[in-house]
Amino acid sequence: MLTEIPLEHILLLSAALFTIGILAVITKRHAVVVLMGIELIFNAANLNLVAFSRHDPQLLQGQLFSLFVILVAAAEAAVALAIVLKVYQHFKTANLNEIISKEG
Amino acid sequence: MLFYIFAALAILSGAYMVLTRNLLYAGFSLLLTLLSIAAIYVLLFADFVAVTQLMVYVGGVLVLILFGIMLSSRVHDKSVMSENTNVGWGVTISMLTLIGLSYTIWQAGFSSLPWIQQGDTNVLAGQKSTVQLIGIKLMTDFVLPFEIASLLLLIALMGAAYIATEKQNV
Repeated sequence: MLTEIPLEHILLLSAALFTIGILAVITKRHAVVVLMGIELIFNAANLNLVAFSRHDPQLLQGQLFSLFVILVAAAEAAVALAIVLKVYQHFKTANLNEIISKEG
Repeated sequence: MLFYIFAALAILSGAYMVLTRNLLYAGFSLLLTLLSIAAIYVLLFADFVAVTQLMVYVGGVLVLILFGIMLSSRVHDKSVMSENTNVGWGVTISMLTLIGLSYTIWQAGFSSLPWIQQGDTNVLAGQKSTVQLIGIKLMTDFVLPFEIASLLLLIALMGAAYIATEKQNV
C-alpha cells in the first residue's frame, strides 16, 4: 500500500505544476494572477518535499520543511497583496505593463 | 488510482487557471488545484501537512487572493479580464522547463537510490498519524526555525497592515 505511488510520477506532477506556474508568471499581466502563479510554484516545491519525506530514514524532515514553506508563502502572500492594493490605489491599475509605462 | 485522479484534476485546473482570461475563474480553479494537492498530501501519508494546506492556503491565501482580485479591478468594465503578453516566450520557456525537468527525472532514476529503497516503509513507525511526531520534532530539533517563523509572521502581519493603510501618503 505504501509503495503504490511511484516516486517519479509525483515528481512529474510537481514538474507539470511548476511549469504551469512559470507560464502564469510570464504570460499574465495582472499582478494578482502572477501571485497565483507563484503560489503554484510553491506548491510544486512542497509536493517534492513531501514525496521525498515518505522515504526519509530520519522521520519527516521533508514534511517539516514543507510546513515552513507554507508558512513563509502565507506571509509573502499577505505582504504582496498589500503592495498590490497600494499600487492599484496609486496607479489606478493592476496591469503590470501599464504600471511600467506610467512609471517610466 | 486515486492519486492519478487527483493529479489529473490538479493539472487540468492549473491549466485552466492559465488559459482563462477571467480573474475570478482563475481564482476558483486555483482553489481546485490547491484542494487536489491537499488530497495528494493525504495519499502521501502527510496528514498534518494536508490539513495545514487546507487551513493556510484554501482558508487564508486564497481568500486573500480573491479579495485582491475584487479590490484591484473594476468589475463593471473589462478589467476583471486579464490580457496575456509574451505568450510566445512564455510557452517556449515553460515547455523547455517541462521537457528538461521530465528528462532529468526520467534519467536520474530516483527509485533505485539506496536510501529511498531502504526507508520506504518506516514513515509512520507504527503510529496512526504524523501529528505527534511533528509536534515532538517542532519542539526539539526545529525549535529555532519555529520561533523565527512566529517572529516572521508577526512582522508580515504588521507590515501588511502598515502598507495597506488608507490614509497615509506614500
